[in-house]
Amino acid sequence: MLDQTAKPLVEVSDLKMYFPIYSGVLRRHTGDVKAVDGVSFNILEGETLGLVGESGCGKSTVGRALLRLYEPTAGSVVIGGEDIATLAPEALRKKRPSMQMVFQDPQASLNPRMTVAGIISEPLVEHTDWTAERRLERVLELMDAVGLNRRFANRFPHEFSGGQRQRIGIARALALNPKFIVCDEPIAALDVSIQAQVVNLLEDLQERLGLTYLFISHDLSMVRHIADRVAVMYLGRIAELSPRDALFANPLHPYAEALLSAVNEPDPNRARRERIILQGDVPSPANPPKGCNFCTRCPKAFARCHQEKPELVEVQPGRQVACFLYEENTAVGSTASVEATELNQQGETK
Amino acid sequence: MTDATTAIEKPASQMRAIWQQFRTHKGALFGLIVLGTLILAVVLGPFLWVPEKMSVAKAIMLKNQGPSWRFPLGTDQLGRDMLARMLDAGKVSLAVGFVAMMIAIFVGTTIGILAGYFKRLDGPLMRLTDMFLALPLIPLLLVMVMLFRDRIAGLVGPEMGAFLLIVFAIGVTSWMQAARIVRGEVLALKEREYVLAARSIGAIPRRIILRHILPNVVSPVMVAATLGVAEAIITESVLSFLGLGFPPDFPTWGRLLYDGLSYMQIYPERVIWPGVAISLTVLSVNYIGDGLRDALDPRIRGR
Repeated sequence: MLDQTAKPLVEVSDLKMYFPIYSGVLRRHTGDVKAVDGVSFNILEGETLGLVGESGCGKSTVGRALLRLYEPTAGSVVIGGEDIATLAPEALRKKRPSMQMVFQDPQASLNPRMTVAGIISEPLVEHTDWTAERRLERVLELMDAVGLNRRFANRFPHEFSGGQRQRIGIARALALNPKFIVCDEPIAALDVSIQAQVVNLLEDLQERLGLTYLFISHDLSMVRHIADRVAVMYLGRIAELSPRDALFANPLHPYAEALLSAVNEPDPNRARRERIILQGDVPSPANPPKGCNFCTRCPKAFARCHQEKPELVEVQPGRQVACFLYEENTAVGSTASVEATELNQQGETK
Repeated sequence: MTDATTAIEKPASQMRAIWQQFRTHKGALFGLIVLGTLILAVVLGPFLWVPEKMSVAKAIMLKNQGPSWRFPLGTDQLGRDMLARMLDAGKVSLAVGFVAMMIAIFVGTTIGILAGYFKRLDGPLMRLTDMFLALPLIPLLLVMVMLFRDRIAGLVGPEMGAFLLIVFAIGVTSWMQAARIVRGEVLALKEREYVLAARSIGAIPRRIILRHILPNVVSPVMVAATLGVAEAIITESVLSFLGLGFPPDFPTWGRLLYDGLSYMQIYPERVIWPGVAISLTVLSVNYIGDGLRDALDPRIRGR
């Protein structure tokens, strides 16, 4: 799957997204919620990159910052040769058709007062000067592509089931023939029988249209099904970025290991993997630990973990891990920058 | 779901669907009939009911009459036919009520949407709203009328001048509630995922506002508008009562109400007729607004 010769379509480097905290009478800027704190990865053309992690670790924020629905605090997002993070508004608008998003909640992402045809043709109205007939033709074509009955074109979103609504959302994302689609937990709000339909539809479309996906999810078995490579996020940083099979067979980062140990094994006869149960809570992203973000809960943490932040480095071909356990072997040396501005350290080992 | 039937359902005409839903709302239908009757009456009434011409001396003899075939609603303290006056008054009152309401809603919605959608305008516009709310309205209206009445009257005639001035004065002093309601609603709406989706498509703010935000603030605006009609009619009567609205011999419902006030103990019907007319207008507008709000929402429609 991992074709090293393919060139990356999306290159994200050191992306940071901080949400400022204002407090006190004067509403002074007293800190930041570091939702995404220095994330770098590439997505190759035609590839699906899975992005997993627990709730609140910044997955969705990465997805939204990638399409510049948020203004990133720092870093660059190069999609097809242009840096999205610094593009001027009009150029960004021109760029929008090539990158689209499928949202988590199909109910909330469709305007209740517009018909299906209206919703799907909205991107066409924005970016083309087609006549109404031509737009309708394209809408019907898209409805066929996502498996919606053409007869439903003039219905309203509330008349559909969750899976159908998600198809409408996917059709809207496809309207302008994008190259890159961010799927922000597209299946989280659907029930299990529908999840498979939607995921298979996404795979099918990828095959036919040559799409590139960033597939954000917390459902590990779905990610295993659809993704080529998987990035595991923890508290705003990527812990491990590995090809799917390698990651699921042998997770390197202690957090990835713990996360994957929680996946249910469908076959009851197979020996159950021992579960790693993490102690404690995720630290606040407004005040992350001084060292490695995971050091407060890591069963393998040692002294250095509490002092420096590990960088994401390649430890095996195609596998990148941000952990000192592996850095020792590759002898990269200290690349971490010590953040001196932390007020409070939360780094005692459990 | 994907069977062979591919005939597209007819785009069920929007207006037709709205009317279908509106019809099911009993109160709204009642309101529409009552308001329609009132409007027809004040527009056509003066042509159908022409009061008899008589000298002042004769009129004074016929003052304070009760209802009769000659004077269906009786006469007032100067012997004028109350029915004719009610019809004339209604034309002005309804016009003032609706036009002033439209001005107030237009200004209020515009300011509310701008303040809610554009963060940079939020502070200044909302402080402006607060400022208007803090102004003592009646003195302000009095000053406006004092300053501009003669100038406008010189341009378009005393009656039209008074109408324009009153409508404008009421409009620009009653938009604040609508602006606040709309701003609050817009703040909530703009965080919805479908607005985010529109942004990710690259829609420009104007289209996001027109397509996604405006249709979804219809309900609160509708409620504010129906209340606004009543308020405008009452405010007009207050102004007229204070001698700063229309000229004293120019009837409006509010004016008739205040004229009748001093005779209320002896001739209560003098107050009841304009009072009933104002109440009926307000009530029917309210019900129509309610029905329209339901009819414009596709989630309620067809249920």
